Amino acid sequence: MNGVIPIRAELSEGCSDAPVLRERGQREVFCGLTGIIWLHRKIQDAFFLVVGSRTCAHLIQSAAGVMIFAEPRFATAIIDERDLAGLADVNTELDRVVTRLLERRPEIKLLFLVGSCPSEVIKLDLARAALRLSGRFTPDVRVLSYSGSGIETTFTQGEDACLAALVPNLPIAPAEAPAALMIVGTLADVVEDQFRRLFAQMGIGPLHFFPPRRAGAMPAVGPNTRFLLAQPFLADTSRVLEARGARRLAAPFPLGAEGTTLWLQAAATAFGVDPATFEACVAPARERAHAALARHRTTLAGKRVFFFPDSQLEVPIARFLARELGMQLAEVGSPYLHRQHLAEELALLPRGTVLSEGQHVENQLDRCRAAQPDIVVCGLGLANPLEAEGMTTKWSIELVFTPIQGFEQAGDLAGLFTRPLLRRLKLAMPVRSASSAQDAPIGQDRALFSALEQA
Amino acid sequence: MQLTLWTYEGPPHVGAMRVATALTDVHYVLHAPQGDTYADLLFTMIERLPRRPPVTYTTFQARDLGGDTAELFKNAARDAYERFKPKAMMVGASCTAELIQDDPGGLAKALNLPVPVVALELPSYQRKENWGASETFYQMVRALAGPNVPAPGSKRAPREIGTRPRCNILGPTALGFRHRDDVTEITRLLEQIGVDVHTVAPLGACADDLAHLGEADFNVVLYPEVGALAASWLLRSFGQPATKTIPIGAAATREFVAEVAQLAGIDAAETLAAIESRSTWYARSVDSTYLTGKRVFVFGDATHAVAAARVAATELGFTVVGLGTYSREFAREVREAAKLYDIEALITDDYLEVEARVVELQPELVLGTQMERHIAKRLGVPCAVISAPVHVQDFPARYSPQMGFEGANVLFDTWVHPLMMGLEEHLIGMFRGDFEFHEDAAPSHLGGHTGIPAAADAAARIQAPAAVAALVTDHHVSPAATTPAPWAPDAEKELRKIPFFVRGKARRNTEAYAQDHRVSMITVETLYDAKAHFSR
Repeated sequence: MNGVIPIRAELSEGCSDAPVLRERGQREVFCGLTGIIWLHRKIQDAFFLVVGSRTCAHLIQSAAGVMIFAEPRFATAIIDERDLAGLADVNTELDRVVTRLLERRPEIKLLFLVGSCPSEVIKLDLARAALRLSGRFTPDVRVLSYSGSGIETTFTQGEDACLAALVPNLPIAPAEAPAALMIVGTLADVVEDQFRRLFAQMGIGPLHFFPPRRAGAMPAVGPNTRFLLAQPFLADTSRVLEARGARRLAAPFPLGAEGTTLWLQAAATAFGVDPATFEACVAPARERAHAALARHRTTLAGKRVFFFPDSQLEVPIARFLARELGMQLAEVGSPYLHRQHLAEELALLPRGTVLSEGQHVENQLDRCRAAQPDIVVCGLGLANPLEAEGMTTKWSIELVFTPIQGFEQAGDLAGLFTRPLLRRLKLAMPVRSASSAQDAPIGQDRALFSALEQA
Repeated sequence: MQLTLWTYEGPPHVGAMRVATALTDVHYVLHAPQGDTYADLLFTMIERLPRRPPVTYTTFQARDLGGDTAELFKNAARDAYERFKPKAMMVGASCTAELIQDDPGGLAKALNLPVPVVALELPSYQRKENWGASETFYQMVRALAGPNVPAPGSKRAPREIGTRPRCNILGPTALGFRHRDDVTEITRLLEQIGVDVHTVAPLGACADDLAHLGEADFNVVLYPEVGALAASWLLRSFGQPATKTIPIGAAATREFVAEVAQLAGIDAAETLAAIESRSTWYARSVDSTYLTGKRVFVFGDATHAVAAARVAATELGFTVVGLGTYSREFAREVREAAKLYDIEALITDDYLEVEARVVELQPELVLGTQMERHIAKRLGVPCAVISAPVHVQDFPARYSPQMGFEGANVLFDTWVHPLMMGLEEHLIGMFRGDFEFHEDAAPSHLGGHTGIPAAADAAARIQAPAAVAALVTDHHVSPAATTPAPWAPDAEKELRKIPFFVRGKARRNTEAYAQDHRVSMITVETLYDAKAHFSR
């Protein structure tokens, strides 16, 4: 098999120049603070202190509360009336809160002060506060700041802001250092380990993941750093890395067998890996992915999917569903379409795909109802109401909290879409009994059911 | 500025959302930035409502701040009216919008919408969710029922002869802790004693129902946190008296019925006498003897905490060792209640302070919120949830009220179930060191010895978070003063034979005794001397 999957001629232009429906109105999305939910687990000795309101505390708790059973490595410094009225000096108060926090959690090595809507509106200078506190707690704790406010960031952009804040503090890789590869964007540990093995087999290295699992293991960056984005929402991080001399390797994102192959291929090409070696390294995993996807394809092919905007993962996932599983794209909504970082993705998207950016949730719901898709990808606020209307939904947040990247997870990613369909079918189905043939699923449903059972 | 790991209450606009979502034909336009829509998932995911809350968010962004956020609000309000055609609207600001001072009330007024528009002033940096719900409900009632208030000084017409008395039920909202089932239970109970329910509000009421609240003879306030303010306005405006008793627990339910009967001018004695309370009998059953004196720590909203303490003490025979609330608005009531148990109430919304108190008191059962469940789990103490903040598990599929006689049965089951059964506890006390049945194993009816690591000593488990206690309270036993006398190995062994839930206390008492009596080494003798000393 060929190392590079040839892009079919009729799809070569894809949606590169496709028009985008830009909407303004109510956005049913999280703000950037929500990124803390996975970031605090990824960097295990980092702590995230949101400087904000009770709403911020309530948001993170509500979005994460059901999932977290240990004491969280995040908290909120709630601004109160005394701070606003000037009765208390906000900076003194912040220092007091941080001191108390660090006394309580002496194992913390990296503290992020996270800006919120209220802290931005009152123009609280968290960058300066971070500098001041860093000075006080050095060398035990480094204090950095970024904004996860809803007025500036949408959901996954919080991770972008966090990583961008880390970049100026990365060690300097000298100009004569050998070329190194950096994978940028939070990936599940298991996925990192798989990629680490694949790159090692190809002989690509040194290899660094950013963010690292420990605050003390920050990768160096310099003119010989080549980086691959593992996530599509890292516009600012990418910009500041480039400002430090690193070069981005343009590629689709590592979702599905095709996306993962092309993503790895970009690194292989940049590091001069010969095609035969590349093919030998990726072929076994890619074949496993194809086999896993084949089972889901029987269920998903021809089904229509509608994306509400959420994480910016919509375009790469839509590309995967359309090209590898044969699904039809009713609408692909994304909070923000980064033309440059998505160029390779858009080129692969079927021509004529309806793309939307931003949101007017009521208008989009109207379009969704009119389109009557087989499955709707949407946030937690919309899923149950749409289910109650009779639609099948997939919570988009699960696409962020589940390992979906890489060859070994391609089947799992497809499974996230087959499961809601299977479930709906199972719940609608009478119990099968040997004596009564009518109770058994019939015709197409039966075939689908057994296909899903195996999946 | 307050350091918060977990918060007991959301911001006040979430309280307003609970009222808006409870009402059937009202829409709330909230001036708020992107991200505040997270609150929708409280209703669609935690409560599993099959519809979106009736809330429109203006979703302003940083780039709008220099421009015209007021125009954004006006467009959102106009569009929301056109699309949803509500019978009344609520407008307000979330925390960030409060800072930019756009005056949603004034802007909405300028739109001249053909329905009543209630402007909510909910100070986000000062108040919290329950206050927001209470204020919103009061403002809605005042705005909609206000036009029907009789002239001052006019007397309330007596009820027509031959008609049944009617009451409103006030306080239940969306996202309330078992509100749905409490309303069913109390409605049934009222009907049983001959009282009709005129309107339940806000849960399930429409704008028109609110306008006619004044027609009922009196009000039943189930959740004072939300309903008391509106009830007191209804008393002043329509002369409607309101109940004070919260029918949680069998005894309180009987008192509640008596109070209702008095307000309704009926005799419920006969009906009441005919009601048999299963929880009362179960508590008297000899099997329940082992519940006697179990040390419980109670924390929740004021209404549920006070009621739970009473049920724990008088209906189950527990000893209430701690009582607290995060409802600062009701601090006085909770302090009064705590006096009944000779304890000082803990009034705080700081999760760390609650944790420190639980560590300090070493209860055998925690009756709290989801936060205390978290604390209890870490400390290996059984726990039952009695109050909001709510969790998806607090919306069980089955009928599960907290109020009325069935509610009392539910309390009996949910509180007793996490505990070790009586005879099992005795056997563990008699035969220590059994490799399978030991004190660190979970009760056998809860899946035996899975869960808690067998090696963990209860004392060690309590010690881990002691640093927390040191950090947040200064009234715990200070180890700095003097080092306690060392324990002889046989005394240490003997201490292990004392049930784990009192062992920490026994250790501390013995050490205090040793210190007072200048004993240099604690022996088995010292242990029993201390036991005799403290049991006098």
